[in-house]
Amino acid sequence: MSVETLIDEFVKEHEADLTALPDLKGKDFSSDQDVRWCPGCGDYTILKQVQNAMPELGIAKKDIVFISGIGCSSRFPYYMDTFGMHSIHGRAPAIATGLKTSRPDLSVWIITGDGDALSIGANHFTQLLRRNVNVNLLLFNNQIYGLTKGQYSPASPEGSVTKSTPFGSIDHPFNPLALSMGADGTFVARAMDRDPKHLKDMILRSHQHKGTSMLEIYQNCIVFNDGAFELFTDKKSRPQEAIYLEQGQPLVFGADNDKGVRLDGLKPQIVQLGDEFSKDDLWIHDEQDQTKAHLLSRFFEHPANGEGVQFPRPFGVLYAVDRPCYDEGVVAQVQYAKQKGGNADLDALLRGNETWEVK
Amino acid sequence: MSTTNQVRDDVTIRFAGDSGDGMQLTGSLFTNTTALLGNDLRTLPEFPAEIRAPQGTVPGVSSFQLKFGSHEVLTPGDECDALVVMNSAALKANLGLLKKGGTIIANTAGFDKKNLNLAKYPDGVNPLEDGSLSEYELIQIDVVKLVKEALADMNLGYKDEERSKNMFVLGLLYWMYDRPMDSTIDFLNQKFGKKSPEIAEANIKVLKAGYFYGETAEIFSSRVTVKQADLKPGTYRNITGNEALVLGLVAAARKSNLPMFLGTYPITPASDVLHGLAAQKKFGITTFQAEDEIAAVSSAIGASFGGSIGVTSSSGPGIALKGEAIGLAVMLELPLVVLNIQRAGPSTGMPTKTEQADLMQAVYGRNGESPLVVLAPKSPADCFNMGFEAVRIALEHMIPVMLLSDGYIANGSEPWKFPQTADLKDIKVAFEGPRKAEDAEPFLPYLRDHRLVRRWAIPGTEGIEHRVGGLEKEDGTGNVSYDPDNHQKMTNIRRDKRDNVADNIPEQVIDQGGTSGDVLVLGWGGTYGTIRTVVHQLRKEGMDVSHAHLQYINPFPKNLEKLLKSFDQVVVPEINDGQLVRLIRSEFMIPAKPVNKVKGRPFGVSELKQAIREVVGETVASES
Ligand SMILES: Cc1ncc(C[n+]2csc(CCOP(=O)(O)OP(=O)(O)O)c2C)c(N)n1
Ligand code: SF4
Ligand SMILES: [Mg+2]
Repeated sequence: MSVETLIDEFVKEHEADLTALPDLKGKDFSSDQDVRWCPGCGDYTILKQVQNAMPELGIAKKDIVFISGIGCSSRFPYYMDTFGMHSIHGRAPAIATGLKTSRPDLSVWIITGDGDALSIGANHFTQLLRRNVNVNLLLFNNQIYGLTKGQYSPASPEGSVTKSTPFGSIDHPFNPLALSMGADGTFVARAMDRDPKHLKDMILRSHQHKGTSMLEIYQNCIVFNDGAFELFTDKKSRPQEAIYLEQGQPLVFGADNDKGVRLDGLKPQIVQLGDEFSKDDLWIHDEQDQTKAHLLSRFFEHPANGEGVQFPRPFGVLYAVDRPCYDEGVVAQVQYAKQKGGNADLDALLRGNETWEVK
Repeated sequence: MSTTNQVRDDVTIRFAGDSGDGMQLTGSLFTNTTALLGNDLRTLPEFPAEIRAPQGTVPGVSSFQLKFGSHEVLTPGDECDALVVMNSAALKANLGLLKKGGTIIANTAGFDKKNLNLAKYPDGVNPLEDGSLSEYELIQIDVVKLVKEALADMNLGYKDEERSKNMFVLGLLYWMYDRPMDSTIDFLNQKFGKKSPEIAEANIKVLKAGYFYGETAEIFSSRVTVKQADLKPGTYRNITGNEALVLGLVAAARKSNLPMFLGTYPITPASDVLHGLAAQKKFGITTFQAEDEIAAVSSAIGASFGGSIGVTSSSGPGIALKGEAIGLAVMLELPLVVLNIQRAGPSTGMPTKTEQADLMQAVYGRNGESPLVVLAPKSPADCFNMGFEAVRIALEHMIPVMLLSDGYIANGSEPWKFPQTADLKDIKVAFEGPRKAEDAEPFLPYLRDHRLVRRWAIPGTEGIEHRVGGLEKEDGTGNVSYDPDNHQKMTNIRRDKRDNVADNIPEQVIDQGGTSGDVLVLGWGGTYGTIRTVVHQLRKEGMDVSHAHLQYINPFPKNLEKLLKSFDQVVVPEINDGQLVRLIRSEFMIPAKPVNKVKGRPFGVSELKQAIREVVGETVASES
């Protein structure tokens, strides 16, 4: 007897007819629960864009699962009319690994905060990336612990004055994208709550990538850390401070697209476009170039520090490559063992190699 | 000198040597041969926590004790009849466990100046030569020299020669106890035959050399025979607790027709559960070696949410880490099986030594009111039954189940009359079905049946999309609720749901003795064999004493209270500082008496017998 478990049968029986998916709108993905974030919180726009992206995934609602940890951001699954689990602090990547590995047919999304993912859950976060489990992770970074009312987080810049650091924080922060590159992530991207259209594009890109998609989203906590990302989100400063990455396109930024980044060997340089440099001299973005992605993830000096060269902060997909996924590997091994094992004969297993009769 | 033949009811032997000397393998090979001969038996492997503790020293000694008999054998024996010592440290560490008049088989090469020094014998003292062992039958053999001779015609290096010396001793013991060599020869051929046939050949040569040495050297005054035991008719195999546990889990997966997902992190003495299950992928079993115990249990919860049997295994320190997530499973009301192969604690404690001190942790060791089911296998083979039961209860009641095994039964072995697949009960599982939009009733994830069990509603099912989480749930809808009355209600529901499991487990039986009387000895878990043996002896000696052994601890079997109250005294022996005894006292308001030991070793029969006599006697005295 080859082992067809109830789940195998279940998955076959419940396979969604993708040609007959109902025509859903974003609002069809909102649950009946009242959303309880503070008015003006960046989480609202992210929720909206995720809901808007959902009908475009081409996946039945019943096959989508959102799993979160703990934090303001982690309340997210309650507001989605999909399957969901609001779990415990930091552990969503581990729960999602168990779910996706045992149910590869599902589209699994992890919702986490900067405290959830980079502090208590930093171990699971990095292990997820190295294993490359085929899930999508949305990291809501507000550089603060929101739910516990305003302590600094591992993403808060040095010197942050918060409730727990009245004299300024001393910890050196994580650079979430550099950390993800270091953990051998296969999809590393950044978006912000204040650019909803780009955000939605990035959500869709995350879905399309096979492997762990790590999308960091700058999210404004209006109560405890208002304006943390203002330089990038404010329409006036954004052109100077942010750079949007597009595959195959030169790195251009500035109010009049008058600046660019070029590579002098492995050293990035900001140049003024004009007589000396043209677009042809600039660094062409290539998502599959690991070295370049590493360099981009290091465009991270905090503008307020005024140290070093102030590179514009990159938004978009820094890195996207293919690497075998953990969950696929596990399933393949189990399938192989089932085929090779042919008769998974329980009686033979119970019997073992050596027996004797008592008469 | 001529040898006489002796027939004995039982024999206890102990192999002891350096951890590099292969004593565990020697012991298990002797065990298999003995099991195949139809003796009843129990084993007690004891080894250092370090992989290679300093060679030749007392902390580096590894031992394997085995008692076998022609009658029921339920303990590995308090004292041994024969002690094999491969070096001086082994003698030093184990002499106290040898009966007066017992036999010592000493490898003289392990008693040279260097070894005596390492074992910290005073300068110039050699116990083999100073007459200090005159109360024992001392047999000295230069094993290394004899092995060299046996392998003279083979061109082997010193290392390979050195490595096969345990086979010499094994052969010698086979002769001493009249056992055949075939199953060991088969094993050696299987293990080395393909890869390195000359190693197989060498080992077999040495094994035979040991056997023939016994026959020709006339060093033993007697040869011992132990007849087949009077076991229940049937087909048997030998099995350790961890092996049996693995089989119980695989059988439960088959009988529920569900995939199983083990999320775990290596730890002594639980790792063999991972090794065992990892080899059973063809039964639809997935094993995930996570980054830590928190991820391990979390992944199992994720799998369980998706409709698999989520299992996680560990020992005390790892269980402590899993606490928060187990609480989540209690809230989510998902099936989860947590295996705790207990070891001596607290903290890292003594990893390779046994203890039963995690019972309170199992029952109470989480934040908040967090009721779950606690089970405990009573012997190596019983790990099969209770592993199966853990899965059955978790699935049938949508609740986390903690199984408390321990290092003693996990590594110990016994003959097992294994069941047939057809004799095992099916475990019935039904997922919540799909709903169409036109269905009037919305799906309520926390709606319950009469046993208070909610439905297993797995992703992929149309129309029942819903959210669960660790925040308090509103009964029925499962929506987040901070309502005070609802919290009281849900707390009661989770407790009552756990208590309802009592309707789905067997009633407590008396293992031995009457259902009422003077004294009841109440045990749980791995102490079964010892308590059974002790109570048997006490009854023979005239005490009105019975024995009951708990395998279902939380909730207790429904008839337990009545049973306990039918005895004048209840005595609770445990390898801890008094945990079940506290549960019994507080639950049933009876003055149950503790008998405790925490030395990292199981109770000995005579020590427990004496302790029970004392406890029982004291009370009688104070009453008069
Ligand atoms: C084990 C545990 N420790 C601490 C907490 C308290 N806690 C809840 S949320 C949180 C920080 C959340 O910060 P973040 O992940 O950045 O989420 P945000 O609220 O900012 O969205 C902490 C420390 C907890 N719930 N569980
Ligand atoms: S505290 Fe901050 S992050 Fe949390 S809901 Fe309010 S604004 Fe949003
Ligand atoms: Mg935060």
